[in-house]
Amino acid sequence: MLGKLSWSDIPIDVPILVGTFAGAAIAGLAVLGLITYYGKWGYLWKEWLTSVDHKRLGVMYIVLALVALFRGFADAIMMRSQLALAYAGNPGYLPPHHYDQIFSAHGTIMIFFMAMAFMTGLMNVIVPLQIGARDVAFPFLNSLSFWMTTISFVLINISLFIGEFSQCGWLAYPPLSEQQFSPGVGVDYYIWAVQLSGVGTLLTGVNFFTTIVKMRAPGMTFMKMPVFTWTIFCTSVLIMLSFPILTVALGLLGLDRYLGMHFFTNDGGGNQMLYLSVIWGWGHPEVYILVLPAFGAFSEITQTFSRKPLFGYNTMVYATCSIMVLSMLVWLHHFFTMGAGANVNAFFGIMTMIIAIPTGVKIFNWLFTMYKGRVEFHATMYWVIGFMITFTIGGMTGVMLAIPAADFVLHNSLFVIAHFHNVIIGGVYFGYVAAMNFWFPKAFGFKLNEAWGKRAFWLWFVGFYFAFMPLYVLGFEGMTRRMNHYDNPEWYPWLLVAEAGAVMIALGIVCQLTQLYVSIRDRNLAENRDLTGDPWNARTLEWSTSSPPPFYNFAVVPVVHDLDAFAHDKEAGIDTRAAGSNYQPIHMPKNTAAGFFVGMFSLILGFAAVWWIWWLAAVGLIGVIATVIARSSNNDVDYYVPASEVARIENEHTRNLLAAQAAE
Amino acid sequence: MADAHTDHSGASHGSVGSYLTGFVISVLLTVAAFGVVMAHSFSPSGTIAAIAILAAVQIVVHLVFFLHMNTSSEQRWNVMAFVFTVLTVFVLIVGTLFIMHDTSINMMSR
Amino acid sequence: MAHDITADAAHAHEEHHESPVVFGFWLYLMTDCIIFGTLFAVFAVMRNQFAGGPTGKDIFDLNGVGIETALLLLSSITYGFGMISAHQNKLGALRGWLGVTFILGLGFLFMELREFSHMVAEGNGPDRSAFLSAFFTLVGTHGLHVTCGLLWMAVLIVQTGGKTVLSERMTNKLTCLSLFWHFLDIVWICVFTFVYLMSVI
Repeated sequence: MLGKLSWSDIPIDVPILVGTFAGAAIAGLAVLGLITYYGKWGYLWKEWLTSVDHKRLGVMYIVLALVALFRGFADAIMMRSQLALAYAGNPGYLPPHHYDQIFSAHGTIMIFFMAMAFMTGLMNVIVPLQIGARDVAFPFLNSLSFWMTTISFVLINISLFIGEFSQCGWLAYPPLSEQQFSPGVGVDYYIWAVQLSGVGTLLTGVNFFTTIVKMRAPGMTFMKMPVFTWTIFCTSVLIMLSFPILTVALGLLGLDRYLGMHFFTNDGGGNQMLYLSVIWGWGHPEVYILVLPAFGAFSEITQTFSRKPLFGYNTMVYATCSIMVLSMLVWLHHFFTMGAGANVNAFFGIMTMIIAIPTGVKIFNWLFTMYKGRVEFHATMYWVIGFMITFTIGGMTGVMLAIPAADFVLHNSLFVIAHFHNVIIGGVYFGYVAAMNFWFPKAFGFKLNEAWGKRAFWLWFVGFYFAFMPLYVLGFEGMTRRMNHYDNPEWYPWLLVAEAGAVMIALGIVCQLTQLYVSIRDRNLAENRDLTGDPWNARTLEWSTSSPPPFYNFAVVPVVHDLDAFAHDKEAGIDTRAAGSNYQPIHMPKNTAAGFFVGMFSLILGFAAVWWIWWLAAVGLIGVIATVIARSSNNDVDYYVPASEVARIENEHTRNLLAAQAAE
Repeated sequence: MADAHTDHSGASHGSVGSYLTGFVISVLLTVAAFGVVMAHSFSPSGTIAAIAILAAVQIVVHLVFFLHMNTSSEQRWNVMAFVFTVLTVFVLIVGTLFIMHDTSINMMSR
Repeated sequence: MAHDITADAAHAHEEHHESPVVFGFWLYLMTDCIIFGTLFAVFAVMRNQFAGGPTGKDIFDLNGVGIETALLLLSSITYGFGMISAHQNKLGALRGWLGVTFILGLGFLFMELREFSHMVAEGNGPDRSAFLSAFFTLVGTHGLHVTCGLLWMAVLIVQTGGKTVLSERMTNKLTCLSLFWHFLDIVWICVFTFVYLMSVI
């Protein structure tokens, strides 16, 4: 009846997990209690959970990403603490069985649920506004994508308290991840969580590509498109081209585990190396999927806070597109040591070095944008400058690793860990935080507190160097990754330094939370409110509407005359909003719970499949199909906002604008 | 209403004639492919080359007669997406075979 | 019904005349194309890994494959005739052609399942060797797509029932399924060429 599931799968004998569960349960109950106390369930359901509004979905994605960040970071600091303790005979406090789950969960969560969710959230909030559209091309699919991502994260967290998580690293290399060597449910949790979230990501890619191709405001040709939208365009292409490969890789691993097939097994003609080739065919484009939007955000922020247009818009676009193409041609550099010959290694090594060129072009573009600009050292700008320094170092160590001969020395060592954290924290994470600080007033109508933002930056920035520079040294000293304990006295001091860095980053996260708290508390102070919709004197269309934007984004679809449409209109004295004009009724999609239900049924399907509870899996699958058919048969999916309602909302914003201008 | 929308999707509709033309060509190509293999008339490598070419031609026939792909401006994005996808599939297949072949020779695993 | 017409009339006043649905679906098909491409790459690597088990020559029955090919090819043009009826607003004919297509698709699926069950019964299931794993997965993924297509077709036959005019939304759905169905036929060309024919040379 319950498949493989039994009482002994609940880890009540592991104090850390029981404590975590108690903490999570109390926090969860507190949140639920507060919602009930304030009677917000109806509001939450009608306005958020069933919403198809890209801005709300974007906010929910970012909330999900922040929750995932806490979970992922908790894993990280536990690992660092283990290695600061587990020296010379001391086993530390995490036995290998637990430690291996932690590093696997850390990687999986940080990539799929922190970084991907953060990026998807940012593009949801910004892209439709930036291209002058009223929503994305497929609002319902957008809601579905969000729920698929969310339930996958829920599934991963269920593995904390019911059963176990994968112990095979974030990419679950076979043959270790095969049934023979990992008979538990950990790898199955991993496979199902990543597959289900992959569905959401793929639909997001299709959705935003279609949105950008088909729904740009009149006059916005491709070469008048903001850089952030360009990067999302390229990211969407990469999502569509690479996520299917991940689906296949994990699907085949799943077939090996569930049906005893022989793709990657030791026997029966299987070939583990094929798994590496296939999964990195996704894995390498994935890092560019993550970093390109960060590049886009840096471009928007740098030009805004340097008070001049971006240097070399065209080269920026070409660089983004060439990175997009080249990223499909470098995957082997993740396994130079697998045993392919010199021809193969040389080809992929050279391709990898070539990809550094367009990336370097971008760095120079940002530097030249700042050069002779009136740079305003806003908290957002701190993250940008911190990024440029950190990312350049990470890029250079990447080129080192691209040399196959050097990689033979450094492969699988902490040097690699230091390198990719160098680019992912320094590039991706700094970029997303900068973007959050930059676009926060657009999404909520008030600014984030600057002092706390700067404190968070310094702690993250300095903490990062303390945490990861020692890992480069340790890599050279031969310390391999995923090690549970060690007895080399030379490593010990470096690992203590790294632990100190992790503590600083923890304080940085505390500062970020404080920043959010202080900003929300002080949101009604005059200096924090954003009445104009354009708090930074920025250049692109999203700043031409109010903050937060009305649910239909633009009362009148803007007409684009130039690159940086809003800056052009401001200089030319054109009212982009066409305020006071004769408003037309606006066609909008209705909210729907279908995405939520598909998500919930998928969660049931995933959980049941992990535990081989086949009747329940059938329930989940039939539920998914039935919900989709019901949604497809429902013709009541859209409505018209009356012109009078549009006029009321727009006039209110006009009053706010005039009040703000009078106050200046 | 539907009549008015002859081309809202960028896809043209084709006619009975075009479907039948595509069908007949496809049948001929399929029969040729099966025939070449079953008759053993070429060397193995020649047969592989022949059926690969026949398959490629038939794919084009399907794209043109059944999926109504053409070079008109409404179809530009569809064609571009398709070409880019084919390119990626090509890179994937050739790259995987290149890597796996080289590896198996070097590791003497085959 | 009445609702559909009013909604359509209202659509005509919108700024975005062109529905992005078909384009979006085409993009989805491109991602599906990558899935199949990867599976073909895997099959190409695994095609000689018999692990002492049977080779393609031993187990493939080309006559059956020929019949499957014929069924699928025929179903492609019957769907095409259905689309022509749809554009002429002959909904009865549309449903008739969809029904014929459905039966042909079901025939294909029946043939494929029969082939699979024979192979499994003879001990040549997907767990026999890497070659058979790759074969079952690739051909089975295509079969799974056909199954989804049939389910979708059944839903559309029901949804077009009792109507006299096709809404824009319904036309889009029919067009999407049309793309899907023709796409599966294209994949099948690669399957019979590179899986079946190439294995028996």
